[in-house]
Amino acid sequence: MKVVALILAGGQGTRLGVLTENIAKPAIPFGGKYRIIDFTLSNCVNSGIYTVGVLTQYKPHVLNQHIGIGKHWDLDRKDGGLTILPPYTAMHESDWYRGTADAVTQNIDFADQYLPQLVLILSGDHVYAMDYNEILEFHVGKNADGTIACMEVPISEASRFGLMVTDPDWRIVDFQEKPKVPKSNLASLGIYVFRWDFLREVLLEDEKDPNSSHDFGRDIIPKLVSRDGVRLYAFRFDGYWRDVGTLPSYWETNLELTRPLPLFNLYDPSWSFYTHTEEMPPAYISESAQVVESLVSEGAEIFGKVENSVIFQGVEIGDNAVIRRSVIMTRCKVMEGAVIENAIIAERSIIGRNVKIGLGEDKPSEYDPRIYYGGITVVGFDTVIPDGVEIGKNVVIGNGVREEDFTDKTIPSGGFVFKKKVGG
Amino acid sequence: MKVLGIILAGGGSAILPLTIKRASAAVPMFGKYRAIDFTLSNMVNSGITKVGIVTQYNPRSLMDHLGSGKDWDLDRKRGGLFILQPYLSVGSGKIGYKGTADALFQNMTLFRRGDEDYVLIGSGDHIYNMDFTDLFKQHIMAGVDVTLVVKELDETYDLTQYGIVEVDDKDNVIGFEEKPSNPKTNLAFLGIYFMSKYLLMDLLYATVPHGGYNLLLDVLLPNMHKFRFKVYRFKGYWRNIKKSINEYYRTNMDGLRKEVRDELFHAPSRIYTKSKDLPPPKITATGHVENSIVADGCIVSGTVRNSILFRDVHVKAGAVVENSLILEGTRVGEGSYVSYAIVDKDSVIRPGKIIRGNKDRVLAFEKASVL
Repeated sequence: MKVVALILAGGQGTRLGVLTENIAKPAIPFGGKYRIIDFTLSNCVNSGIYTVGVLTQYKPHVLNQHIGIGKHWDLDRKDGGLTILPPYTAMHESDWYRGTADAVTQNIDFADQYLPQLVLILSGDHVYAMDYNEILEFHVGKNADGTIACMEVPISEASRFGLMVTDPDWRIVDFQEKPKVPKSNLASLGIYVFRWDFLREVLLEDEKDPNSSHDFGRDIIPKLVSRDGVRLYAFRFDGYWRDVGTLPSYWETNLELTRPLPLFNLYDPSWSFYTHTEEMPPAYISESAQVVESLVSEGAEIFGKVENSVIFQGVEIGDNAVIRRSVIMTRCKVMEGAVIENAIIAERSIIGRNVKIGLGEDKPSEYDPRIYYGGITVVGFDTVIPDGVEIGKNVVIGNGVREEDFTDKTIPSGGFVFKKKVGG
Repeated sequence: MKVLGIILAGGGSAILPLTIKRASAAVPMFGKYRAIDFTLSNMVNSGITKVGIVTQYNPRSLMDHLGSGKDWDLDRKRGGLFILQPYLSVGSGKIGYKGTADALFQNMTLFRRGDEDYVLIGSGDHIYNMDFTDLFKQHIMAGVDVTLVVKELDETYDLTQYGIVEVDDKDNVIGFEEKPSNPKTNLAFLGIYFMSKYLLMDLLYATVPHGGYNLLLDVLLPNMHKFRFKVYRFKGYWRNIKKSINEYYRTNMDGLRKEVRDELFHAPSRIYTKSKDLPPPKITATGHVENSIVADGCIVSGTVRNSILFRDVHVKAGAVVENSLILEGTRVGEGSYVSYAIVDKDSVIRPGKIIRGNKDRVLAFEKASVL
């Protein structure tokens, strides 16, 4: 059975604020050494799927560089392998991808060349471990046209998801996209299997529909559910799956890894996650350091105290510095005496001597309370925080902020600092 | 200027039991590396894209590690990695290399083909980070025939175990003694040669068929006064782990010193190794780590001091590991105590077991031991 996987990796992930200002959400670093798309790519190769298209659109540079020709996932192959599919111009039709379905429609030729029986539509935004053979076998066993992977979620959170109502045989009889009053708690995970000849027809038809936004969740799935004779099934997944779409969920999902026997097992030798990282020596933990309930990646040099935190590659934590419940990304430097609590520090940032982050009370963000909440302070990429600055909760420090951008030594809870515009 | 790299990777009876099942070039180092990574990465970082590895002793582990050369960017259409194993052929009698020169002589095809002008010969057992381009420059500027890389060794090295070089005031070689009982100088040869490929070919043709099988003693040194030999002085960190188990142990322990790590691993030229993609190490709520290196895939719930945990080592709660090297995949059971020990790969230290070596006698346990 020939299967082609298409990974939708063009999303911006707006609710991740400064983290996705310059890089696409699938390229966001996660879990000490990975980037989010690694999980989907690894699931593909661990499931024996070696023909993978990655559809990119939003700020793809870091993502492209990370994926390359797929070498690190054994996807550099003579037959199939990994192909990056950016939007393109052509003789007649040409456009940015208008939606997730449109992205696939514009790459029908790519899938066609492999003559697949089934296509697997995946998202590059999720952290999970899944053997796709299970859903593929389920799909074939039900003689389905399409199958949607679903997970039971607490009914109180159900209105954030696309929900399926099924008959006892798991055939989908009703669908609600983010409803106020949920009829079910079976949420779509954004993982679909379709018969390719079936999906192909549906997509070409949807392309001509002027009222469609060309999105799988909003347009294609509701249309198919309401259509007679279409065999659409829900596949119930009960493993680990997270959409790290908000800053608190991103932070929480990282920190979950530091707990004893975490739900998500990175250490399972039968289901390895592959990635592309810089070559660095193993982590060094000094005599003066204290590290508990934490992950400490290669190249890290720890001289201070680290608790319940995820330390990425090449991070230096200076003497008497204290890191609690934080995510410190690749090549950050935390100088002596700095104290960081409940924070996300993006790559290559420098936290000056005796800087305090995460002080004070939990006041809402004055910049954007829908993005920066949960008491977490976020420091962007390539940022320098000068010595002695004190920073509260729900604060955002923008990408590339430098010493001169700080007008005050204290940034109270809910505050923000961004780079001054050149010339302005 | 094109340079062919040759790495000599032999046995190592002085570091048994580590070499029961592997060549000395394949012994694990610093948590994630193998000894050969250093010379191989140095060559690649110096712009060498064709490297031959001479091996015949227990090569499986080394071959597994090197693979196609992908991790050193040596999986190439032009050049790349060449594994030079002994072979049988029409008319040849016994299989095997009789010495380093014989090994090169039997692989003369590699020299004959290819457009390299120079050859750099190194060893798979040496731990150092060196940019060879400076050596190439000195060799060409000085117009000499052979350059030997040397280093002034301090008292931490046993000089009677090295080749000791005598030089004049212009650093030309005027004398050489292999492992002398009374060394005249502290200038030791580091087993790294640089010379014209064609000169080496001629010397091999002139020597090996007449029974001279050792590259240094039979091929080069007898010609020392016919050609110009000069030294290149290396000033950085350099250790030969094949000398003894203690030397292997102390070299690894040097990795706990910041200046050594900075020089070997945080220099612009990186040391590459086979990638394994294990998750970052985890230190749990009961774990405690002091002055130690902890590689990927480890889970530490016990106490680890002044030690190196290689990849995928689990130290269970209540266990104490001190001044030890715990190699890949080893499990250290609850409540056990390990001090001054080298525990080779995939071993199991049972709960409550006490292993106590001391500073002068580091205990070494072979691969897959159950203790």
